[in-house]
Amino acid sequence: MQTKAVSVFDSKILWPAIGDAFKKLNPRLMVKNPVMFVTLVGAAISTVDAFRSPGQTLFVAQIALWLWFTVLFANFAEAVAEGRGKAQAKALRATRTRTSANKISGDRIEVVDADSLRKGDIVVVHAMEIIPADGEIVLGAATVDESAITGESAPVIREAGGDRSAVTGGTRVLSDEIRIRITANPGEGFLDRMISLVEGASRQKTPNEIALTILLAALTVVFLLAVVTLKPFGIYSGTIFSNAVLIALLVCLIPTTIGGLLSAIGIAGMDRLLQRNVLAMSGRAVEAAGDVDVLLLDKTGTITLGNRQAVAFLPAPGVTERELADAAQLASLADETPEGRSIVVLAKQFGIRARTIHELPNAQFVPFTAQTRMSGVNLEGKQIRKGAANSIRQFVGGKLPAEIEEMVETISLSGGTPLVVATRQRVLGVIHLKDIVKGGLSDRFKRFRAMGIRTVMITGDNKLTAAAIAQEAGVDDFLAEARPEDKLALIRQEQQGGRMIAMIGDGTNDAPALAQADVGVAMNTGTQAAKEAGNMVDLDSNPTKLLEIIEIGKQLLITRGALTTFSIANDVAKYFAIIPAMLMVTFPVIAPLNVMKLHSPDSAILSAVIFNALIIIALIPLALRGVKFRPLGAVQILRINLLIYGLWGVILPFIGIKFIDLIVAGLHLA
Amino acid sequence: MNAHQWLELALYIGALVLVTKPLGLYINRVLNPNGRTWLDPVLRPFEKFTYRVLRVDPAKEHGWKQYAFAMLLFSLVSCLFTYAILRLQQFLPLNPQKLGALAQHLAFNTAVSFTTNTNWQSYGGESTMSYFSQMVALASQNFFSAAVGIAIAGALVRGIARHTAQTIGNFWVDLTRIIYYLLLPICLVLALFFVSQGMIQNFKPYTVAKLIEPQTVSVQKTDANGKPVVDAKGNPVMVNQTLDTQTIVQGPMASQMAIKMLGTNGGGYTNANAAHPFENPTPLSNFFQMLALLCIGSALTYHLGRETKNQKHGWAVWSAMFVMFLAGVLVCSWAEARGNPIHQQLGVAVADGNMEGKEVRFGIFDSALFATVTTDASCGAVNSMHDSFTPLGGLVPMFNIQTGEVIFGGVGAGLYGMLIFVILAVFIAGLMVGRTPEYLGKKIEAYDVKMTLLAFVILAFIILGFTAWASVSDWGKAGLNNNGPHGLSEMLYAYTSGAGNNGSAFAGLNANTPWYDTTLGFDMLLGRFGMIVPLLALAGSLARKKIVPASAGTFPVTGITFVVLLVGTVILVGALTFLPALTLGPIVEHFLMLKGTLF
Repeated sequence: MQTKAVSVFDSKILWPAIGDAFKKLNPRLMVKNPVMFVTLVGAAISTVDAFRSPGQTLFVAQIALWLWFTVLFANFAEAVAEGRGKAQAKALRATRTRTSANKISGDRIEVVDADSLRKGDIVVVHAMEIIPADGEIVLGAATVDESAITGESAPVIREAGGDRSAVTGGTRVLSDEIRIRITANPGEGFLDRMISLVEGASRQKTPNEIALTILLAALTVVFLLAVVTLKPFGIYSGTIFSNAVLIALLVCLIPTTIGGLLSAIGIAGMDRLLQRNVLAMSGRAVEAAGDVDVLLLDKTGTITLGNRQAVAFLPAPGVTERELADAAQLASLADETPEGRSIVVLAKQFGIRARTIHELPNAQFVPFTAQTRMSGVNLEGKQIRKGAANSIRQFVGGKLPAEIEEMVETISLSGGTPLVVATRQRVLGVIHLKDIVKGGLSDRFKRFRAMGIRTVMITGDNKLTAAAIAQEAGVDDFLAEARPEDKLALIRQEQQGGRMIAMIGDGTNDAPALAQADVGVAMNTGTQAAKEAGNMVDLDSNPTKLLEIIEIGKQLLITRGALTTFSIANDVAKYFAIIPAMLMVTFPVIAPLNVMKLHSPDSAILSAVIFNALIIIALIPLALRGVKFRPLGAVQILRINLLIYGLWGVILPFIGIKFIDLIVAGLHLA
Repeated sequence: MNAHQWLELALYIGALVLVTKPLGLYINRVLNPNGRTWLDPVLRPFEKFTYRVLRVDPAKEHGWKQYAFAMLLFSLVSCLFTYAILRLQQFLPLNPQKLGALAQHLAFNTAVSFTTNTNWQSYGGESTMSYFSQMVALASQNFFSAAVGIAIAGALVRGIARHTAQTIGNFWVDLTRIIYYLLLPICLVLALFFVSQGMIQNFKPYTVAKLIEPQTVSVQKTDANGKPVVDAKGNPVMVNQTLDTQTIVQGPMASQMAIKMLGTNGGGYTNANAAHPFENPTPLSNFFQMLALLCIGSALTYHLGRETKNQKHGWAVWSAMFVMFLAGVLVCSWAEARGNPIHQQLGVAVADGNMEGKEVRFGIFDSALFATVTTDASCGAVNSMHDSFTPLGGLVPMFNIQTGEVIFGGVGAGLYGMLIFVILAVFIAGLMVGRTPEYLGKKIEAYDVKMTLLAFVILAFIILGFTAWASVSDWGKAGLNNNGPHGLSEMLYAYTSGAGNNGSAFAGLNANTPWYDTTLGFDMLLGRFGMIVPLLALAGSLARKKIVPASAGTFPVTGITFVVLLVGTVILVGALTFLPALTLGPIVEHFLMLKGTLF
């Protein structure tokens, strides 16, 4: 899904959207949006009226035309928002070619159509074949090209057992052969769900969207009352207000701006996530992301680079740093773990060139085992070992020099991991391994703190280590020596206190916690269980993504609030345009209320209606992009947004309507 | 405004501020069923006795439906009780003037009016109500309806403050405690004070006094049956009549006036209400009547802060109310002091401003202040005729009512009305901080929005709906004393006042007709209970929710930004709803007045 940043008005989306805007005029669809439905009815009535208003035909027809535009613009906004998803869905569908599968039945392998596979079937997939359906590898390991869904061209490794056993239908095996147990029936697979999600087919209104729709409907009812009762008030006062004028006033007053853009904002929010390769299973989850109070972050991968690295050699008394570095490098030559490699790299800084295993034909490498908990090399009669303090203590005969014990203690206290290097005869020193905290995180957490979001680091490390890393990374709290059930307990406890929790996870043992969390992001590399349990999937499997998800959630809610405020604030100017225009004929004395000095009653009303329609188009980019997100506390955000959308919402339409009135008058339209 | 008037305003504001905290603390204890007050030794036995008689278990609380049911049942019974007394007046004691029973429509209207804390009066008190009716039917309703209002506010505040709770209090306990501990003691002191100022309190028949200067007036001649006599052309026959006596009202006035003000009821003992020398004898009594009017509404904001453990929020709500109060007073007194260009052309008292319909004893400022205060609260007591205010001066009281009387407001009603706007403001602007809107830790969800807006839409519906109906029907126009925009204002004011449970009137409207009495009766009923029931549902819903702990990301419900937002919401929402109607009424009238046309 390499669809990054399709421009808002891409012609591929624009043209079909215009057609869709008309298709969406279907009243059965429109009725779901009370504000626009009222506008539609108003447009229809005034169209009929245009033919029945001799002398006023041109004016009424123009009002009717702009009312139709208002509805069409709103439909267009929704269509454009959907268009991006549709384009992506189309690309995804293309990858879902019809495939066959090698199904194992009994001891035979038969070739069947992929669509006939059911949950629990076992299939064999060879190199260069397409995986026929979602499943779990039960045997073997393979490199898989998942670019069809992630857009990432580098192949990934998938293997039986552990947390990387899930494969997705539609992806291609590049090497080796695997056996897969199918976990999804046809049409229910990940790719199918993804297509329907990006297409918006299964889109349901989110809780906040429902609440906002109620508010907009209620405002519509109130304005309907205010306008409908004007008719009798007018009769009492000796003025007959025409239907077209009353409808124009009504449509201008009801919150068409937010009513027209509301669904586009929601669709665009999910779409923005998708552009960051995060697939939200529901709009509800995106909304919940804005509400998150606590972030649970796994230390490894999120806060620290995946692995520890050697940062210093601390030699024992009588040993030079270079000697220690040399021994440490020798002990690590065969150690392919990132820790081992980092020791080799660090040793280079002491002028020791990297040696390869082949240069030392006599060397006998001793790999790390769970029993010895050491690794090293036997070379020229010397047994060089590196390992945890406990293991080396046994290796050297039960006692470490006091200096070494002190170094070990100091490193542990600072949150690092000490590795002691020794031969049978002599302890050479200590390697300081350290978790490397990713750059820029501390600032990012500070921003979250300003927004009132607490970050909690989860780690299997002991408390000392955890505390040190927590401090360095700038998280607010940590949970050390955490087991999966501790994670779940922590989430439950926070939720009891009314907080909303977000977490990211990949393992099967993360699944309960992912399911319990309000926002559970599963990594695409994770197990099927984890992906099922969470309500979002990160296709890039990048744990820091959680931070972006939350920003997008907040941005979505802010955009809704800002446009609602703007929409309501707009009404002030519209009143000043239309009400004096309506009364001018009967009560010329109220001329001073025409503060904008609009050309004529007709042009005033028409200008307000035109402004009301055009503002929807003008705000489509904002609705799709989302308003600017500022990582500040609620008080500042509120103040800024009230100024921008509240105050400008009052002022801007005065300017806009006046400007349109000049054009309308200049063109002699009214 | 001169220095003296500024001083009075400052004194009034100062007194209101001073009384807010102590009274708020006291109300906080009264609304807590186990709260201790220094009146416990005297009143506790009565309270316990009442529960025994009513068979109420004070420890058992109600869910919102039960609470609403108890409240509706109580209001229905007390309404029927009042109706019965008014209809049977001539058979009941304490009726020295031998006043007859009220007509059906008037009795209905009055019973509803006093049960709903509206105290709209389609009658003149001294010529309609016996002492028994005044004391037993009306004064007791003044206590009951005020207590119901405070109880509802108390229940709503409980709903906001509690979490994961199923109940919002016990209606009977709230009612009993509010009447015994809050209303009765203060009214006792207030009544004695009023008597000290010259207010009457007796059961004597009305006094007939000889006029020093007999007056001759021209009146319509009537035949033996009381029907007006007309000449051949159909014109009424006029005869001169010399008046040499005056009937002076008597009765138990002070006891009723105390609760009339404290409970923001406003139903006058006399037709002239607080403009009558007996009902409002001195400037000092005028001052304390105004203070009594707003003190409970003001103190309830302190209770809100106390109960939700966010005193700053309580003061923020208070400040929003205060800002609007001050603006109202200044605009109203400015418009009245500026007077009326036509009066000025006629050479009438240019310097005095618009004195039409005002007591000379009180003058412009005290009248404007009183008018603002009485419509800020849902009181309706008047010491001047709002009908005679300048268009803009009269717009202030009307707009005060149309925004829902949330500027301190009626006892209880002001707070729960304001909380509607708070929730609206929080919901609309709350999204802008990037979270699902929260009010004091409670998430505002679809159901809460629905209930809040239901209360709001009902109000707009009945005010605009009834006024529109009246404005194009014969019965509606028949009641008007004035034509043109002013007539529309009169009708709009009447239904606004009824729906808002205010009770004050643009007195030009003759509302004692079957149509007006009945429509206004329903106007008041819907305005009261159509608002209370959704609000109790809201209280129940909020009580069940968890409280999200506050953080830097929480929507601020304290501080200047919030106050500005709240004031903006009240004014904008109020203005947007009623502006079209107001334009055709007072606003057009204002411009016409500037051009020299009066109505």
